[in-house]
Amino acid sequence: MLPLHTRAKVSGTLPHPVLKVLGLAEALGTAVPRDRVAVHLPTGGPEVDFAALQELGFAALFRPDGGTAAGGTVLPEIHSLSHPEVVGTGDVVRVRQDNGQVGVLYRRGANANTLFLTEQCNSRCLMCSQPPRDEDDLWRVRELLELIPLVDPDLAQLGFTGGEPTLLGPLLPELLRACAAFLPQTGLHILTNGRNFSDPTVADMVGDALGRATWAIPLYADVPARHDYVVQAKGAFEQTVQGVYNLAERGHVIEIRFVVHAQTLPRLREFPEFVWRNMPFVSHVAFMGMEPMGYAKVNRNLLWVDPLDYGHCLSEAAWHLQDRGIPTSIYNVPLCVLPEEAWPLARQSISDWKNTYEPACDGCAVKQSCCGFFASHGPAWRSRGIKPFERMEAAE
Amino acid sequence: MSPRQAFAPLLDFAAPAGYRLLPFRFARIPGVPGKVLVTSEVGEFAFISEEDLRALVAGTLDPGSNAYADLQARHVLVESNSHAAMRMSTSKYRTRKSFLKGGPALHMFVVTLRCDHSCRYCQVSRRSGDEARFDMSTDTAAAAVDLMFQSPSPSLTVEFQGGEPLLAFGRIQQVVDLVEERRVREGRAVTYSMTSTLHLADEEMLAFMRRHDFQLSTSLDGPAALHDANRPLPSRDSHARTVAAIDRVRATLGHQSLSALTTLTRESLRHPEAVVDEYVRLGFPSVFLRPLSPFGFAAKSAGRIGYAMEEFLPFYEKALAHIVDLNRRGVVIQEAYAGFLLTHILTPFPIGYVDLRSPTGAGLGARVYNYDGGVYASDEGRMLAEMGDHSFRLGYVQDSHADLLQSDAMQLILAAGVAESLPGCSDCAFLPYCGADPVFNLAREGDPVGHRAGNAHCTKHTGLFQILFRYLAEADPEVMRIFLSWATRRPARGLAAAVGEAA
Repeated sequence: MLPLHTRAKVSGTLPHPVLKVLGLAEALGTAVPRDRVAVHLPTGGPEVDFAALQELGFAALFRPDGGTAAGGTVLPEIHSLSHPEVVGTGDVVRVRQDNGQVGVLYRRGANANTLFLTEQCNSRCLMCSQPPRDEDDLWRVRELLELIPLVDPDLAQLGFTGGEPTLLGPLLPELLRACAAFLPQTGLHILTNGRNFSDPTVADMVGDALGRATWAIPLYADVPARHDYVVQAKGAFEQTVQGVYNLAERGHVIEIRFVVHAQTLPRLREFPEFVWRNMPFVSHVAFMGMEPMGYAKVNRNLLWVDPLDYGHCLSEAAWHLQDRGIPTSIYNVPLCVLPEEAWPLARQSISDWKNTYEPACDGCAVKQSCCGFFASHGPAWRSRGIKPFERMEAAE
Repeated sequence: MSPRQAFAPLLDFAAPAGYRLLPFRFARIPGVPGKVLVTSEVGEFAFISEEDLRALVAGTLDPGSNAYADLQARHVLVESNSHAAMRMSTSKYRTRKSFLKGGPALHMFVVTLRCDHSCRYCQVSRRSGDEARFDMSTDTAAAAVDLMFQSPSPSLTVEFQGGEPLLAFGRIQQVVDLVEERRVREGRAVTYSMTSTLHLADEEMLAFMRRHDFQLSTSLDGPAALHDANRPLPSRDSHARTVAAIDRVRATLGHQSLSALTTLTRESLRHPEAVVDEYVRLGFPSVFLRPLSPFGFAAKSAGRIGYAMEEFLPFYEKALAHIVDLNRRGVVIQEAYAGFLLTHILTPFPIGYVDLRSPTGAGLGARVYNYDGGVYASDEGRMLAEMGDHSFRLGYVQDSHADLLQSDAMQLILAAGVAESLPGCSDCAFLPYCGADPVFNLAREGDPVGHRAGNAHCTKHTGLFQILFRYLAEADPEVMRIFLSWATRRPARGLAAAVGEAA
């Protein structure tokens, strides 16, 4: 697990808070505008002519473990990071001039890169790991529009998350257009509750996502009352289903997501047949363990069920779809609490910046293919089934 | 700082005022005590208790019960103002009936009536091998190809029939050449198929069929004694010749290109396991257990070789049990007709099979170009014509597609070919999986609507559905995986390993 934040010292005045960090050789050859590039100069690297770098128009010097800055007098300098390993070359960072906060907005080589679009949401899911806040956060979109041109264009997939991105109105299509322009090779994976797409004109607005985006839409039951209860919004099931159909009719690629907990478990057995009968066109279905954050913690007693007790039902549900030709995955449930028959569908689903393992996992023979745990996982969320596998046992 | 949020209980999200019923049907299955099968208009099903059925109809089913949720998820009941439920239902209905789009896709060319066999149950009035006047003429073949291309269907299957079609191989070549010349220009996907004993298939013919990727279907009635009794040749070696032909075809066209089907005589009914085992022995992944058809010669010799459907069903049940057992042991073999029925039952999709549709596939999904230039709604329709009844002749190859669709025969078919509108069928729980067969009804009962309560078509299908739903009610996980693999044409998970062990 590598955090996304650290602190640095900043000398001089940065021309822009959002910068791409590149090694010297790459910086000289990049298509990224030089005034958005911080040149990465590790300690012990070759001597560099700072004046020449200034002449070339670079934005700043980036010296993660560097001491004081002789260069700071020529070019602005970001240096002396509390945790130098947080930022690598190729990353895009946001650097606060005033307090030296460094946030990694894009990390080259991470198992997932996600844009956080908005904190606003029109649902209040019982297990939401990212509780919405009703604040004006349009600055996020402006920052993302600065970020997108700095992302590596060979990136395979970029995630959009929130909040509910359709609440951004015309700004969501604008972000999609920016991705189409700067990242034409990059697939987009967009989390949305789909409710606003029940309005066909909203579905019409995201045509720029066609052929490049998967819309990942949660559905928590095959019947309205339970889904509406889980997302705490009357009529949500109705809207989401209409939204799924409106997107599908326009040729969009759709993934269905089902979070397993005590309030969704009563329909887990029947849920996959509903998807198969009514949405056989979806490209992927993900059954997910909970991320113990936000509302999930508040509602722990309402939601908690030991995965060991639903593992078989989850396996049956996932195979129900996989056996019918719909690619299906199980996320966020460690292998030791899943029946072995479900292992072929289990993925390493947790973003590496919040992914941990237990001490017990050291020496486990299947750790390399196990999702492990969310960093927020604590004793209250610990399955009684957690255990390491001996090599022989795992090979059987 | 933990987020402050008030959460409402589940009950707050229950529908305010009762539910409505969408069309559904129900049946009690012999051998499934205490449960009622409920099927929706689009073929989703559930087994529920008698009490729940009565409550459902009375409008008093408990919204908190599993039965309520199960039936709501299947759109048997809908709550007020659920437009999404209606949208899903209509979408599923369109998908189920999507075979109607595009018009006739299956086009059968009867290139000759001649045959070297003299099978006791032959469905066609065969002629001895040297009478060329029972061959299709070149002009007729060319006109038939023109007429086929008038069908708007984006994909076309060209099926060669007889008689023994290989006795008129030159006509087959002519038709293929004409089709090849047009299909690319017109942007049509074309599949060639042929029903033949294949005894006469020489190297040149096989090379031709390989070049055009033919799908071949041959007749195999079971072990040698049974096959040779059913399918006499002067040389008395039909089975040996068929096995030799199977080897030749597989060597040239590959295993995937050849399937076989049985015709079951009274004698066959005594050997359910042996018939299946012969297919396994010869390496077929599928066996099609077909009861005798009431057409052609089969009708005349019904007394000697025929039987009632009530006699066929126990045979079928035994054979199917044997097939299931083989699969459990890792031998991959399916019964083709069960595969069609299970696709209707277990998936939201229609199948290509034209003989079990509503509206009927006759004339709407398929047509037959007879050797003499007559165009018929179905293979059975032209067999009926050989017996003197031309009710299902749509016209002649010189006519246009529009002429055929406006013919009296088509009117007759449309009036009696929609099961949803037929008395009895309209109330049957198996309706979503079944089809209308006006040609069969006319042949058997002299009336295209027929008295389906007791006729062979209904007896057969009701019996087959009951057998299959007994399995589905039991829901043994292994059987479900086997059935699902037939319905979805995918390998059955968890059974493949056993094949390795057995081999």
